[in-house]
Amino acid sequence: MTPPAVDAPTLARAVRRERRRRTAGGLLLVAPLLVFLGLTLLLPIGTLLARAVHDPQVATALPATAQALDAWDRVAPLPDAARVALQRDLLAATDDARIGGVARRLNGDVPGARSLVMGTWRALHHDPAAAGFDPTAPRAAALEAFDARWADPAVWIAIARNAAAFNPDDLLAAVDLRRDAQGGIARVPADESAFGRILARTLGVSAAVTALCLLLGYPLAWWISTLPPQRAALAMIAVLLPFWTSVLVRAAAWVVLLQREGLVNQALIAAGVIAEPLALIFNRTGVVISMTHVLLPFMVLPLLAAMRAVPPTLMRAAVSLGSPPLQAFVRVWMPQTRAGVAAGVLLVFILALGYYVTPALLGGADDQMLSYYVARYANVEIDWGMACALAVVLLAATLVLYTLYRRVARDTVLGA
Amino acid sequence: MSPTSLATHPLERAGLRAVRALCVALLAFLLAPVLVLVPLSFSDGSFLTWPVPGWSLRWYDDVLHSDAWLRAARNSFIVAPAATLIATVLGTLAAVGLARADFIGRGLLTSLLIAPMVVPVIVVGLATALAFAPIGLGDSFTGLILVHAALGAPFVLTTVTATLDGFDRNLIRASASLGADPWATFRRVTLPLIAPGVVSGALFAFATSFDDVVVTLFLAGPTQVTLPRQMFTGIRENITPAIAAVATLLVGFTTASMLALEWLRGRRER
Repeated sequence: MTPPAVDAPTLARAVRRERRRRTAGGLLLVAPLLVFLGLTLLLPIGTLLARAVHDPQVATALPATAQALDAWDRVAPLPDAARVALQRDLLAATDDARIGGVARRLNGDVPGARSLVMGTWRALHHDPAAAGFDPTAPRAAALEAFDARWADPAVWIAIARNAAAFNPDDLLAAVDLRRDAQGGIARVPADESAFGRILARTLGVSAAVTALCLLLGYPLAWWISTLPPQRAALAMIAVLLPFWTSVLVRAAAWVVLLQREGLVNQALIAAGVIAEPLALIFNRTGVVISMTHVLLPFMVLPLLAAMRAVPPTLMRAAVSLGSPPLQAFVRVWMPQTRAGVAAGVLLVFILALGYYVTPALLGGADDQMLSYYVARYANVEIDWGMACALAVVLLAATLVLYTLYRRVARDTVLGA
Repeated sequence: MSPTSLATHPLERAGLRAVRALCVALLAFLLAPVLVLVPLSFSDGSFLTWPVPGWSLRWYDDVLHSDAWLRAARNSFIVAPAATLIATVLGTLAAVGLARADFIGRGLLTSLLIAPMVVPVIVVGLATALAFAPIGLGDSFTGLILVHAALGAPFVLTTVTATLDGFDRNLIRASASLGADPWATFRRVTLPLIAPGVVSGALFAFATSFDDVVVTLFLAGPTQVTLPRQMFTGIRENITPAIAAVATLLVGFTTASMLALEWLRGRRER
């Protein structure tokens, strides 16, 4: 048989062309998921990022004022056009919920701004002439004549800031920073700091849970790795059953187990260990116990995968070369599981950071983490800007850790 | 290899016994919260206390005649299967596509595609609530299903990718050389071989949706309350044996799904 008349470069080109064709075909299959995730997750997360630095509330409610203040440098005297524009905007605003939202928002920056805005709005709508306003041709001086607080530049700076296209105040507040009147960035004084403490608590609880998971998960994974296959499978059921069970089922169970008259207290009293029931729930203890329970399987699985990959001959070799078994274990065997430890630790820490359900149901007021405040600002305080800013902080922390995780977990099962 | 057989010193043996005892205690710690509600759900009393005053099925009767629980169950069984279907189709296609593609950005693309697994759900809930409300998808089944599908798809992608790793490409070449078109090859050669991965991914996706309370908290209106959402309210307000009964039903359902999954995994490894 004669070889086909193809020279090497032609063949290489053909191989490259074929690979490109396969890649293009493959990407065509990936495209639907990519587009789907883009529309359902990436685009909304983009909205969230934008919303964290831009709140349309003030700009839409007071459009003319926003425009008039846009050119103001916040140091020069306030242009009269802004005073006139504000009266026009307040006159045009008929929806009191909308103005109420703006007033509340400004009150966050300048205490008292709420009553100022609402009072002026009411006067303009009910009996403008009596309050010294002229609805047909607003005069600049009328505002300060009605309420002297309109002379305070702080109020106007607050309006200008909140109406601006880029307003990092919420984002700064989320990490305990703020802008002073000149626009410089300063730390919030320690006694007013709120979000820094919550961030520190979130990291602290996550670190405690991660440490506990490693401390308990390492011996457990090791033990399972030494069991004969049949018994290892049984032990795995004990690890996987809670892994698959609804988080809410487990939260309910922990309430029943840990409450004052719960099974744990009953058992401890019956055994004579304690005389009075312990407070195990609606505090840090309850949160840490239940979160450790939820996340332990996420630690055991990568550890076990790493441990099963350690060549069984290593220990024997070390011992036959004269090492005491314990020393061989610590110095030869354990270092081989490092990748599994890194993967498990990062995975558990990442998942713990974003936890909501378990702390919300089993923690007290002082045990809530970032997620809780995101939900609280969105659904209770109705301050979407702040909710988004806190979410951005949480997202940033998670993504940094995820990048690390992708690096260390490349070779382990869960990094697939 | 276990160092068990290598430990000879009495102290080492004692240490091993201590580790073994700790591990058995840990297995009990892991299982207790899953099982503790089961006996309590058969109580005839009104409180979740031990010992159970007497046995009855009254709380199951209660749950099965409660409009709120039935509606929640119905909603969950609308949302989860729909989300699973979308997640499974898109995730499987993408896994097959990724296995074919060979280019520099492949690792980055994979990272991007499975990132929804690690983005905190609360961020997803808030972001989608913000973005979906103006386009009429807030408080709707459609919105909920789409987001649950997006959260589940990466699980399908990873499990199917894992099955494809052990896949013999020559089978595809053989099929093509015997005259099958790509679609026939996919349907009759590839799909049967990766089926265990597809199914276990689908189960993951189902569990993701079926267990979600956070996205539901943000995206569902009063008519889209799901089982976890209903349980969340119940545990917050007043935890009754009715919740234990629902929990027991869920544990039964979970155990069945898990056994199915383990069986499939066994088949895949064979």
